[in-house]
Amino acid sequence: MSTVVLLTLTGLGLGALYFLVASGLSLIFGLMDVLNFAHGALLSVGAYGTWWAASGHLPGAGSDGFGFVLAVAFGTAAGTLAAVLLELAVIRPLYERPREQVLATVGVGLAVPALLSAIWGADARPFPGPAALSGTFGLLGAQVPVNRLVLIAAALAVLAVLKVFLGRTRHGLVVRAGVEDRAMVTALGIDVRKAFTLVFAIGGAAAALGGALGGLYFGSVDPGQGTSLLIFAFVVVVMGGMGSVGGAARASVAVGLVQQFANYYTTAGLGDLAVVVLLAALLLVRPSGLTGRLA
Amino acid sequence: MTTATPEQSEAGAPPAAPPAAPAADRLRRLARWWPAALLLVLLTAPWSSLPLPGLLDGPLGSPGSLQLIALCLLFGALATGYDLLLGRTGLLSFGHALYFATGTYATNTVMLQAGLPFLPSALLGLLAGVLLAALLGSVSLRMSGIGFSMVTLAFAQAGSILVERDPGGFTGGEEGRAAPADRLPAALVGIEHTANLYWIALAYLVLTLAVVHRVVRSPTGRVWEGIRENERRVEVLGLRPYGFKLVAFVLAGALAALGGVVYLLLTGGATPQTTTSDFTLSLLVMVVLGGSGTRWGPLVGGVLYTWADHRLGDLAGSGAVAGLPAVLRVPLSQPLFLLGTLFVLVVYLLPGGVVRLPDRLRAARGRSRPAAERSRRVTR
Repeated sequence: MSTVVLLTLTGLGLGALYFLVASGLSLIFGLMDVLNFAHGALLSVGAYGTWWAASGHLPGAGSDGFGFVLAVAFGTAAGTLAAVLLELAVIRPLYERPREQVLATVGVGLAVPALLSAIWGADARPFPGPAALSGTFGLLGAQVPVNRLVLIAAALAVLAVLKVFLGRTRHGLVVRAGVEDRAMVTALGIDVRKAFTLVFAIGGAAAALGGALGGLYFGSVDPGQGTSLLIFAFVVVVMGGMGSVGGAARASVAVGLVQQFANYYTTAGLGDLAVVVLLAALLLVRPSGLTGRLA
Repeated sequence: MTTATPEQSEAGAPPAAPPAAPAADRLRRLARWWPAALLLVLLTAPWSSLPLPGLLDGPLGSPGSLQLIALCLLFGALATGYDLLLGRTGLLSFGHALYFATGTYATNTVMLQAGLPFLPSALLGLLAGVLLAALLGSVSLRMSGIGFSMVTLAFAQAGSILVERDPGGFTGGEEGRAAPADRLPAALVGIEHTANLYWIALAYLVLTLAVVHRVVRSPTGRVWEGIRENERRVEVLGLRPYGFKLVAFVLAGALAALGGVVYLLLTGGATPQTTTSDFTLSLLVMVVLGGSGTRWGPLVGGVLYTWADHRLGDLAGSGAVAGLPAVLRVPLSQPLFLLGTLFVLVVYLLPGGVVRLPDRLRAARGRSRPAAERSRRVTR
């Protein structure tokens, strides 16, 4: 029983991490048809920003208490800024050429991790997390690491904010309409390009937050972390149905749980394979993903 | 060919050109034979001691230079095969590394574990690559567009994880595994036989070019072109795009697996770097750098990329870079940073890749000349 509880919460924590990356990815894809290969780089920017601030480089920020919150905020802000810059400098000039937009993000996705490893080295750096979040707590006989709960809470908060934003605000309405039919929104005289920048900012913020909290989850940051998480986020986006945030949420939970349980009950590493098998099986049954949206 | 393709304008004179002098005409007809001439030059390269300072470290025929040229040719061929999907059929696969790595790893593993000699092992490796491409292609082609790209990426990632985790000690994990020298033919082992390996890489390139150019001109190739332009229209014509796409996928996978076998010979072992998504992305960079969907573009891109990759690595470690201020030195010491930036620049500044550059320059000159004449007339 205690093992199942531990695996469930750990799996949900991992799923939360995937959701933070996949939600922005899914929105960007749904709105712009751009598969953002630089999304992992945004996550790395968030992770390194937080690590940099929490290691005492930013006045007021630190590895404990409010200082850590400030460090996470700094990392998230850095990721958001990077995302906006990416949209303005790389994506926007290639407007109306989706394939070349994808290719340009591939280039950025190669260059940014290389730059990070040039500055801070290719090896993993220990992540200075607050002592309050590094412990465990007892639940139904299982000793669960506290940071898993932080991740789940953050993902739920992001999901709620996204739901409110998409469902209740005017900008959200434009984004939702753009995901459904970009040409129609443009024909109505609404500037979709502003929505693009906005969606990139949101996606970048979520990914950077994922990077900051991923540092807690893994206990370290390294330049390749973003890219490896990105691939599972891709799986989540495909499984959830392209462009659907709710689908991404359900798929991240499924992927996180399957991965953890398969890793524990079979040999380590088989969980990653199980995820891909799950994806293949789902595609054979429902080629359009969980929510039935066609790519 | 019913449509005017860039290949045609590259190869021959435009039909509307005024009759040229017979000497110039003969010259132009001779110029059409440049691939054969280049092949002859490449075939004889191992006997040459021509120094190419800046381009290569040693003279042309030295083992180090031959090894680098062979790698360039191998990746040129690999990019040409990959473009069968990207440029010819319009399928953006992110998992091509998997079939390449299957060729390398399966051949090596059969030699090491089953103790078979090289040739049967290579055949088994090729077969493994083809079967895997058929299996995974049939699943991932159920998705279209970017969904297909993501699924191929996921499969390739699974392969990469499998190789890294090293189940049963078959793959050697992060170290990779060296090829057993005693199972390989003696003429393919050792630094004094680099020329033979070079010729094998050249043969693989010629084979790939022949296969790709032949199938692209076949009826199947026409359907691929149709799928690339408008898949729905192909469906309306009563053809099932799925089958044609699968043929392209398996053929490209087979060529990649064969390339993996050549790579095994050339580098003397299997390394996990060839299974990573970065490896597929570098193939993509090669194709786009050279010019996707053109006859020579992927080849040119593959050769340029591989050469730049090796030379940039040397540059990054050289004294000239070490002497620079930190702002310049830190990014310049990362070949991947340079390549990523280069790629973004190519996508921006060179749509159509390097091989379209002469055409674009000519078009730009053609456009500016009448403009200049017009302005002269106005001033007069």
